Amino acid sequence: MFGKCNNPHGHGHNYTLEVTVAGEPSPVTGMVLDLKDLKDLLEREIMQRMDHRNLNVELPELAGKIPTCENLVQVIWNLLEPKITSGKLHRVRLYESDDLFADCYRAAASNGHAPAARVGN
Amino acid sequence: MEQNHTRGDVKVAMGRRYRFAASHRLHNAKLNDAENREIYGKCNNPHGHGHNYVLEVLVSGPVDAATGMIAHLADLDAFVEQRVLADYDHKSFNEDVAAFREVVPTTENLCMDIFQRLKPFPQAKLERIRVEETGNNSFEYAGDHTEDPTP
Repeated sequence: MFGKCNNPHGHGHNYTLEVTVAGEPSPVTGMVLDLKDLKDLLEREIMQRMDHRNLNVELPELAGKIPTCENLVQVIWNLLEPKITSGKLHRVRLYESDDLFADCYRAAASNGHAPAARVGN
Repeated sequence: MEQNHTRGDVKVAMGRRYRFAASHRLHNAKLNDAENREIYGKCNNPHGHGHNYVLEVLVSGPVDAATGMIAHLADLDAFVEQRVLADYDHKSFNEDVAAFREVVPTTENLCMDIFQRLKPFPQAKLERIRVEETGNNSFEYAGDHTEDPTP
């Protein structure tokens, strides 16, 4: 089932976490939220819990669950969403490697995907 | 049945990146040579040119409580290999891929062809694909929602 990821002694990743917050920029500051506040929040809620930790044994939020990227991204969403009061948490993307990631996001009320291809970067 | 421990309408998706190299010539036979050069510029070079493309595939679905996964990565990898990479990698789109005999192989059109090829992936819902033609150009396609009325 899990292949190399089932190695009894575990294995590590250099994860990359991408957090997107959406909202109206404040007319005073021009910002959706203060980047410093977000940085402090991420340090407090995520980095202190997860950085250089064994996710199987040191993260109570994952107790009883397999520490896949899909499960971990939901833990991160649940930790961050209630704490973001300026703007709204729009998407959490967790890269396990350059070529594998998981997204957590709130589904649109209706299928808002534009049918046409679009250019972006 | 517990499938997802996030409340409400929060969705989880898995993204995977693949690479392929291919060549194309942007040329529309319905236009004359001058018009083709005007529209497509260097990309109209008669002998074609190549790119190292990156394909990003995003699939969504309930996270299986037993495995912690939306879909088995090996299944997605095999499906993409069989449905896309086997036909695309190290090929000339204009000459080797039937879908582009009549259709100009722009990356917009590649996106739509790839989406149709991957849409039947049985283990999860194909949300969106994204193709990087170069580090500076990327294109996305999320399907035509009129084809599928379910959200």
